Amino acid sequence: MAKFEISSKLQISRRKFLTSASLGLSGIMLSGCDAFDSQLGVGDSLRSFLESANGLTWRAQRLLAGRDALAPEFTEADIRQPQRPNGVTAPDDDFYKGLLASDFADWRLEVSGLVEKPLSLSREQLMNMPSRTQITRHDCVEGWSCIAKWTGTPLSLVLDQAVVKPQARYVMFHCLDTIDRSLAGDIKYYGSIDLVDARHPQTILAYGLNGKPLPVENGAPLRVRVERQLGYKMPKYLSKIELVDGFANLGGGRGGYWEDNGYDWYGGI
Amino acid sequence: MESLARNQAAGADTAAPSDATLIYRQSRWTRLTHWLWAIALFFMLLSGLQIFNARPQLYIGKESGFGYNNTVFAIGAENTATGPRGYTEIFGKRFDTTGVLGWSGPAGQETSRAFPSWATIPSYYDLGTARVVHFFFAWVLTTTLLVWLVASLINGHLRRDLAPRLDDFRRLPRDIVEHAKLRFHHTRDYNTLQKMAYGGVLFVLLPLMIITGLAMSPSMDSVLPFLNDVLGGRQTARTIHFTVMLLLVAFFIIHILMILAAGPINELRSIITGWYRTDPPAHGDNAPERSA
Repeated sequence: MAKFEISSKLQISRRKFLTSASLGLSGIMLSGCDAFDSQLGVGDSLRSFLESANGLTWRAQRLLAGRDALAPEFTEADIRQPQRPNGVTAPDDDFYKGLLASDFADWRLEVSGLVEKPLSLSREQLMNMPSRTQITRHDCVEGWSCIAKWTGTPLSLVLDQAVVKPQARYVMFHCLDTIDRSLAGDIKYYGSIDLVDARHPQTILAYGLNGKPLPVENGAPLRVRVERQLGYKMPKYLSKIELVDGFANLGGGRGGYWEDNGYDWYGGI
Repeated sequence: MESLARNQAAGADTAAPSDATLIYRQSRWTRLTHWLWAIALFFMLLSGLQIFNARPQLYIGKESGFGYNNTVFAIGAENTATGPRGYTEIFGKRFDTTGVLGWSGPAGQETSRAFPSWATIPSYYDLGTARVVHFFFAWVLTTTLLVWLVASLINGHLRRDLAPRLDDFRRLPRDIVEHAKLRFHHTRDYNTLQKMAYGGVLFVLLPLMIITGLAMSPSMDSVLPFLNDVLGGRQTARTIHFTVMLLLVAFFIIHILMILAAGPINELRSIITGWYRTDPPAHGDNAPERSA
């Protein structure tokens, strides 16, 4: 009796198993394949709904991290390899190559927009300001990490010198490297952070890497370090800092080149 | 009396069970959170595999080794004399996984991608969109886990159904044997292996998934710097995150197989409506209180 019971159950479950398993598997394969593709482009309503969680993530992390919580810093022993470059590694722009040929003697950092005193700073002027050196981990949005020592001028000092107007909310970074080409012409890399991150103690305009001048592949002559965010929030080949009260009119209006291509504006995770 | 009960039990296979065997087993909180997890984990898995595709290597340590080797897992493609092949490398040991991992796609249109397009959202390569999907459902998953925890503390689900008892340890060997024979008892209570599986997912795997996810966030690292110290560095945290994904997929497969083997209609009914058909009371040492 008991034997019969087991074998009959086994038969039923095997038949049911095969039917259900093949149904389930084909369902998963169908839905994974492309069922959601048409709804997920930038601007699509489903995409926009899901993106609302990015705002929640930003507010939650701001609430927890506050203004001054520091990104972990490491020791010299943790520097085990050259800093892996991200994004453009050798700008092909004639203007940039001209600056590079004279070792950036003619390069200037413009500080403009909503400031009382617009600035035009040479690399020497920046290097003569107080500096900060930090050994930090660079986290790329792709998933890799690399630890290196960065030296630069705290962005807050530059902002203080330019005297930021009260209505300014964001710092826009304009760069020298062409990241993309469109019908309207070359697109130079651009990005933005808010004033909380701009005034964070570890946010520096870096001109030095691992004790040497910043190499071209890592953004010479000047790149941004925003240590509580991902790599795409730290523009290289910097040429202009613009204080703005919003970024709706720049590029696609989402605050940066990668943001206009679907990345979240706050790259904190 | 006893022999009569036994006869009834033996004949129950064909006879319609009395209504006394139909019990209300799963509360609305358990059912609701179960399906929210099912949805959230489905989207997190497929968007997560897409995110992995952006850097299909896993490392041990604080950073990714480029000038040295700390890679423990990699999926990639390479050119061979007979054309491109996909491979998967685990601790330096290489396996040919052409067609699924590393090199896949419709015949003649294969591309180099770690996980195949049928396993990712979106189906084409798009890291930014996968991140939007992943983090949206991360909120759903975490909120659901908290709601479930509070509800289960209040309604007694935790204490009554999941907390291990002395009896569970005593029953473990017998439970393993009966599962191996696909012989299932339909009772009010979870058996020992069920408690271990559900408890393991809810109290170990999902919390570990959330913790390693947070440890990968440079912003959260400024709030909880000890996380990466405990986990062994951001890249180790990423490797654990991926490993826990594999364990959750393994749980899902076993979960589905067990449901199919134990009677999918009855099992599905209990997690949709709450009502569950238990075995008729049979002669046995602890049958009465188990089907109460």
